[in-house]
Amino acid sequence: MSIISVRNVSYQYHEAGDQAVRNVSFDVEEGEFVAVLGSNGSGKSTLAKLINALFIPSEGTVTVCGMDTRDETKTWDVRAACGMVFQNPDNQIVATIVEEDAAFGLENLGVEPAEIRRRVDWALDAVGMSDYAQSAPHMLSGGQKQRVAIAGVVAMKPRVIVFDESTAMLDPVGRREVMQVVRRLNKEEGITILWITHFMDEAALADRIIIIDRGEKRCEGAPRAVFRQTGLIRESALDVPEMTALAAALRERGVMVSDDILTVDEMEAALKNIRAVR
Amino acid sequence: MQITIGQYFPGRSALHRMDPRAKILLTIAMIAAVFAAGTWLGYVMLFAFAFAAIRISGVGMRFVLRGLKPIFFIVVLTFLINIFFTTGGTALVHWKFINITDKGLYAATRMALRLILLVLVTQLLTLTTSSIALTDAIEALLKPLSKIGFPAHEMAMMMSIALRFIPTLLEETDKIMKAQQARGADFESGNLIGRARAMLPLLVPLFVSAFRRADELAMAMEARCYRGGQNRTRMKSLHFTKLDAQAALCVGAVLALAVIL
Repeated sequence: MSIISVRNVSYQYHEAGDQAVRNVSFDVEEGEFVAVLGSNGSGKSTLAKLINALFIPSEGTVTVCGMDTRDETKTWDVRAACGMVFQNPDNQIVATIVEEDAAFGLENLGVEPAEIRRRVDWALDAVGMSDYAQSAPHMLSGGQKQRVAIAGVVAMKPRVIVFDESTAMLDPVGRREVMQVVRRLNKEEGITILWITHFMDEAALADRIIIIDRGEKRCEGAPRAVFRQTGLIRESALDVPEMTALAAALRERGVMVSDDILTVDEMEAALKNIRAVR
Repeated sequence: MQITIGQYFPGRSALHRMDPRAKILLTIAMIAAVFAAGTWLGYVMLFAFAFAAIRISGVGMRFVLRGLKPIFFIVVLTFLINIFFTTGGTALVHWKFINITDKGLYAATRMALRLILLVLVTQLLTLTTSSIALTDAIEALLKPLSKIGFPAHEMAMMMSIALRFIPTLLEETDKIMKAQQARGADFESGNLIGRARAMLPLLVPLFVSAFRRADELAMAMEARCYRGGQNRTRMKSLHFTKLDAQAALCVGAVLALAVIL
């Protein structure tokens, strides 16, 4: 059974208003790294909040680890199983000391103090922030703050973590730090990742991509297969990865490179190949 | 920007290691002692005790005395008011409408000494206790009151979130000020009222952003399963030690002496 199952879900903020999410369905399997791509206002953040019961679908069902998010008796179990990291690192850190913040979620769950201590130390180590355990959050860089936020979620040992544009406010260094930590959590700890973003290069690292535009799912598949559809990506107000765009432009002018090129290295190899044939 | 209220001076002294609950209670006891003391001998003893405690805390004497600076004006003012407006006793100076009596001089000095002692004692609490330990202790001490509906946990939570966001909001204020200055706003010239009025356009964006932050923080807290103080555990629990008992004995003796002397 899928760890997350979204079935025909729609959501509207106000009863008379437009639907922010319209009839979306998809599944995420345990251990997967899935990216949800969408431009501003596409409804991708709404979708994120639907998954850990912060929002309840107006229509359709969301099931997390077999629990329906509409079941109010399970709300806290859903949130414990499915952690969430938000966009602004400043607005999700509660405590005045890093390790206290990492402990916040566990304290809420009523875990024993000794066990909290153990898991906080483990979580801070997992995100590489052990050296800053006693620091004040406002003294840290954006990337470091975001790693602290991740530690707070990881300490709760969730099976899934939803990242709602968690790198959007970071500088390139911070983005790379966070990305590395998340990929490691996915590979080594087997935590399922739902990565919501508008950055193409980040989505390219996922196992699978889902594109959302104006509340609707436009396509779904492996990064290469999705990026090949340059027209659809542009329609969804997203940027095609540079090399894929170049490949498409070359093909239009009769240079028949493959249409699923993602990186500079691949492009170089493809061009060399063509020259060798000539 | 720097805030000096409740500044914490990190350290490992006996005072730092004491249980914060004990520190709060003993500080209250010391305040009682300051008000109970009535004789010069009593004040000498209290000052000796306060300076001994500062010595033990390892916080530099100069650092502690600097904390007295903000109340200097208040001390001088209360001294003058007491000296001029106390009636009775033998006159020491009598010139036109100014009338200083020995009783007035005595009352004024006593008041000034009390104020200084109060600040020294309470400052020692905030200098040796981190804000997080302080909020934990307040929560623990007020917990019995939650039975009669007093929101002890909520209050402690609010305090710690406020402390957490002070630097963030200061930073934001600075950013908004710079953004407005870049577009010609003037915060520095003009009289007091003019400058206060110039600050007004600063408050609106600051408030809007504070509310947005509050909204996001609430959502992040909910996502991490926060549902009030019930069934909540703490990573660090508070423990009374022998140190606290020793300190309580010392303060008890001081309080008794202050009453007797």
